[in-house]
Amino acid sequence: MFAYYFQLGLRSLRRNPALTALMVMAIGFGVAASMITWSVFRAVSGDPIPGKSGQLYTVLIDNRGPQYNDKGEPPEALTYTDATALVAARKAAHQTLLFEVAPSVLPEGNQSLPFIAHGYATNTDFFGMFEVPFEFGGAWRASDDEGRAAVAVISHALNQQLFNGADSVGREITMDRHTYRIVGVTAHWDPKPRFYDLFSGNAFGDPVQVYLPFARAVDVEMDTAGRNNCGSNVDFGSGRDAWLHGECVWVPMWVELADQPAANAYRDFLTHYAAEQQRAGRFHWAPNVRLRDVNNWLDYKQVVPPESRISLMVALGFFVICLVNTIGLLLAKFMRRAAEIGVRRALGAPRGEIYRQFLIEAATVGLAGGVLGLLLTALGMFGVGLLFEPQIARLAHLDASLVAMTLLVAVVATVLAAFYPTWRAAKVQPAWQLKSN
Amino acid sequence: MLKMTHLSKVYRTEVVETYALRDFNIDVKEGEFVAVTGPSGSGKTTFLTIAGLLETFSGGEYHLDGIEVSNLNDNARSKIRNEKIGFIFQAFNLIPDLNVFDNIEVPLRYRGMKAAERKQRIMESLERVGLASRAKHYPAELSGGQQQRVAIARALAGSPRLLLADEPTGNLDTQMARSVLELLEDIHREGATIVMVTHDPELAARAQRNVHIIDGQVVDLAEDPRFHPAQVATGEARG
Repeated sequence: MFAYYFQLGLRSLRRNPALTALMVMAIGFGVAASMITWSVFRAVSGDPIPGKSGQLYTVLIDNRGPQYNDKGEPPEALTYTDATALVAARKAAHQTLLFEVAPSVLPEGNQSLPFIAHGYATNTDFFGMFEVPFEFGGAWRASDDEGRAAVAVISHALNQQLFNGADSVGREITMDRHTYRIVGVTAHWDPKPRFYDLFSGNAFGDPVQVYLPFARAVDVEMDTAGRNNCGSNVDFGSGRDAWLHGECVWVPMWVELADQPAANAYRDFLTHYAAEQQRAGRFHWAPNVRLRDVNNWLDYKQVVPPESRISLMVALGFFVICLVNTIGLLLAKFMRRAAEIGVRRALGAPRGEIYRQFLIEAATVGLAGGVLGLLLTALGMFGVGLLFEPQIARLAHLDASLVAMTLLVAVVATVLAAFYPTWRAAKVQPAWQLKSN
Repeated sequence: MLKMTHLSKVYRTEVVETYALRDFNIDVKEGEFVAVTGPSGSGKTTFLTIAGLLETFSGGEYHLDGIEVSNLNDNARSKIRNEKIGFIFQAFNLIPDLNVFDNIEVPLRYRGMKAAERKQRIMESLERVGLASRAKHYPAELSGGQQQRVAIARALAGSPRLLLADEPTGNLDTQMARSVLELLEDIHREGATIVMVTHDPELAARAQRNVHIIDGQVVDLAEDPRFHPAQVATGEARG
């Protein structure tokens, strides 16, 4: 009977084109507004590393004190001294530290001009902790970190650019006049938001192209291309060494802790470390440390732009209004067929079949509205930039899941809106109706 | 086939009670052709809608083909309507957006019949009423008489045990009315049980038995010499 009722639904769309057009437009515009804003919201608010976001923690220690910190909160990265000391203490199963780099890459031969690549100096744990997939090779070894080896991992895109996508493991790449041996090529990996480096404002930045060992980058005096927060009270002296060992914070650090007891133990370790700094005279305040997991860190940094939440709420409200209008239109549409309902009941249709017929008919309207909504959503993607910053607007795209969701939302919402009109239709008393026909 | 015993139907409002049927008794045997007559407001249509399980009743008993129907739920009543009863209405009540074939198919769909069987029954019904060539026409493209014949085909397609006709010729001219009545007589001769509500005395005279309703109660014309049908005068059997 489903196919039969679907057929009847399609016919009913043609019966009154004006009424059909009104309903389809109401649903279409409502769905489109909701889906456009949803596409942005889901891009910025989703869990970037589901399954592991509760085990990865960013490490923060207050090296400013209550007079200079931000409302009692520690700075959002560590000093070089603290980061390397914590890593050396090995109190977490896996731990990584990083800073953003922008080396100048010299392609092989003289085929292309040098260009600036976007990358990170980090350690080998980075790749395992953040589940970076590889196309060729893999991460460098821990011994490469300790040995400050000249190795690098490049991205799929950079591999495509430099080596036409071939397996480039073992080949060399020249960055800032230093040569590095490629040990791995990552598959496409660009989590958004880039949770591991919110400190430098890279939540929605360009994809990463190259990774090299943290110690090696420090050795070759590769400058940080990210944020360098020296605060208002820091005397960082002069020269690179003074900066390196000073109180400027520029090194985000992450640890992987299996469960809450492990997190509690690590937090205790951080507190103990800060207390030691206090005893040593470096800190003149009580230990003030933070250990935030991925989602807490995203919330703290307010990564989801408020305008994306607001626009989603507004769009959903608009959709609800459209559905309320649709209820009225469906009621008019169904009750105009009271005579037909009476006849169908007389011919043996139980109330349940009337429900089925008219709900499927509503679903047909919803499907038509969903198709219109899909077209409007596709068009609307071009206009997202008017509401959001470009780096966020470009995250909104129409993929298979959004297409499916658009159609599903349109159909389900219309069917829900149709419940009252269908209930009224099913209440038609066949005897009364047939007498008045 | 159709037996009502002390049946009543009361319409109640806050102010007044109206008895549409009161102590109503009727017994229609299988194979009978019964005409139900009476003045306007006498309860004829109410009787027919109750007989067709389109309305419930307030008191008494109603047995349809041996089944006591007073406690049946909506699904059971719908099933009986679909399988045992065929309706023919004064206003034809064809669904305007469906063609002739699809109109006749409606009750067969609710019976869960397969497509091939549905098609066979529909075409047989249309052959029966002489409209096989009009299967793809829409009701608006047919004359009144043709529409009524489509309605009869729809009623017959399900092979009902009982045909209920409410003023089947009320909207037709004399010639069309005659052809429809001849069709009903043919159907009756083939063994169908027909209960027909009508104002038309000529129509009523063509039935086997007349039942006259006044003020919601039955007056059997066979008992009342004021209303002798032609069949009684000729001594034909009354079932």
